Amino acid sequence: MQHLLSTADLDRDEIVAILDTAEEMSRLTDRAIKKLPTLRGRTVVNLFFEDSTRTRTSFELAAKRLSADVINFSAKGSSLSKGESLKDTALTLEAMGADAIVVRHSASGAAHRLANAGWVSARVINAGDGTHEHPTQALLDAYTMRSHLGDLEGRRVVLVGDVLHSRVARSNVHLLHRLGAQVSVVGPPTLMPVGVEQWPCRVSYDLDAEVAKADAITMLRVQAERMTASYFPSTREYARRYGLDAQRMDALPEHAIVLHPGPMNRGMEITAEVADSERSVIVEQVGNGVLVRMAVLYLLLGGLASPEEDR
Amino acid sequence: MTHAERPLGRSPDVRVLMSAADIARAVTRISYEILERNKGAGGLVLLGIPRRGVPLATRLAAQIGAVEAAVPVGSLDVTMYRDDLRLRPARGLEPTDIPLEGVDEQTVVLVDDVLYSGRTVKSALTALDDIGRPSSVQLAVLVDRGHRDLPIRPDFVGKNVPTSHDESVRVRLTETDGEDEVVLLREEG
Repeated sequence: MQHLLSTADLDRDEIVAILDTAEEMSRLTDRAIKKLPTLRGRTVVNLFFEDSTRTRTSFELAAKRLSADVINFSAKGSSLSKGESLKDTALTLEAMGADAIVVRHSASGAAHRLANAGWVSARVINAGDGTHEHPTQALLDAYTMRSHLGDLEGRRVVLVGDVLHSRVARSNVHLLHRLGAQVSVVGPPTLMPVGVEQWPCRVSYDLDAEVAKADAITMLRVQAERMTASYFPSTREYARRYGLDAQRMDALPEHAIVLHPGPMNRGMEITAEVADSERSVIVEQVGNGVLVRMAVLYLLLGGLASPEEDR
Repeated sequence: MTHAERPLGRSPDVRVLMSAADIARAVTRISYEILERNKGAGGLVLLGIPRRGVPLATRLAAQIGAVEAAVPVGSLDVTMYRDDLRLRPARGLEPTDIPLEGVDEQTVVLVDDVLYSGRTVKSALTALDDIGRPSSVQLAVLVDRGHRDLPIRPDFVGKNVPTSHDESVRVRLTETDGEDEVVLLREEG
């Protein structure tokens, strides 16, 4: 694995290796001194063209736990807001000697471009590109599900809501499918992307029909900031048909867990009661995010500095 | 680095250093030596270094438990602390499992299969630093093959084996490899 751009690039063994490594990380960081010396002297750049506090903080913490140096480049208050192109930024980071670049960009494919255009020799980690992919989120979701449900082979996972704008949904579907889970996506027809029928999952428009058999249910955030038209009549209407409230939660099997990638719109896709219930593993997801990102950084940067050095 | 793993056929280049019975006797002797040195099993924690140090630590703990009292046993993966990480592709991690008692103010006995350069042990000592402060640390190995790069010596040794750099020592244990045996291989070229 040279870069982490898309979950569709990962085979089952690679996914399991990342999740197993994350599990060992949890034991290594579950103690007084949480820092490991592994990436001492390596530089990780967080390059965020889109705002994201939690993902950036999670990557920053993960890199620091592994003793890497971290530089944050964010859109506000930097040359990125002065119109510098992705290429010029990349060349700048290359000149500074970045070993890994964690990139978030509003354009789908930005991470791929950065990794393959020949601008940088650093490892590239996609932290969300447009409505395309967000692989570490899918990995941390799978990690969280695995820690509660065990092997995901044959498990039923339901992803609900704004599938159209959700890179989390796309990444999750591919990853969970590779792990053998049966995935369904549920949402209003207006929020289903073109070509969703090609995804390795079932598509449904009826949430109540899906909850009874679900082992895990992920409520996607309604991404109002990406919505240029009205996709549904009103918040109330959306919440009634596709929101997770206490009544629907009670219809879930006993062991089923509720996930949300955050940040939540309480009252929209999930009620406060559900978000704060015992079924909800949303806070756990945040902690697992750090472990999974540590695993990814270790697997990308922990070995040879670059493949050319391989003898 | 790119030598294919050679099948363990009985070519003239393979010499058996220890049989299953030899290994069993060595483990028994080391368990008594640990008890003798530490005047009993009180305050002992055995930590195996994955992979083959872990079953060895478990066997030592079983012997010590049979003779005196049960001792906590765990595993300590040193991968994240190695000094040669950048010389090879990233490796998967092995389990780290520290007994609930912790290591503070305990006598930790590190257990590994082969002692060679001493770098693994150095990494283990660094890793221990992040876990707690043992009152002392001792080292038990099944085979000491010499050629230390660092000022490290074992406290308990199953067998001392003079080797050259172009030889390699393979420890095979029932738990990890299906049988107990230690062999010396001569690397080609």
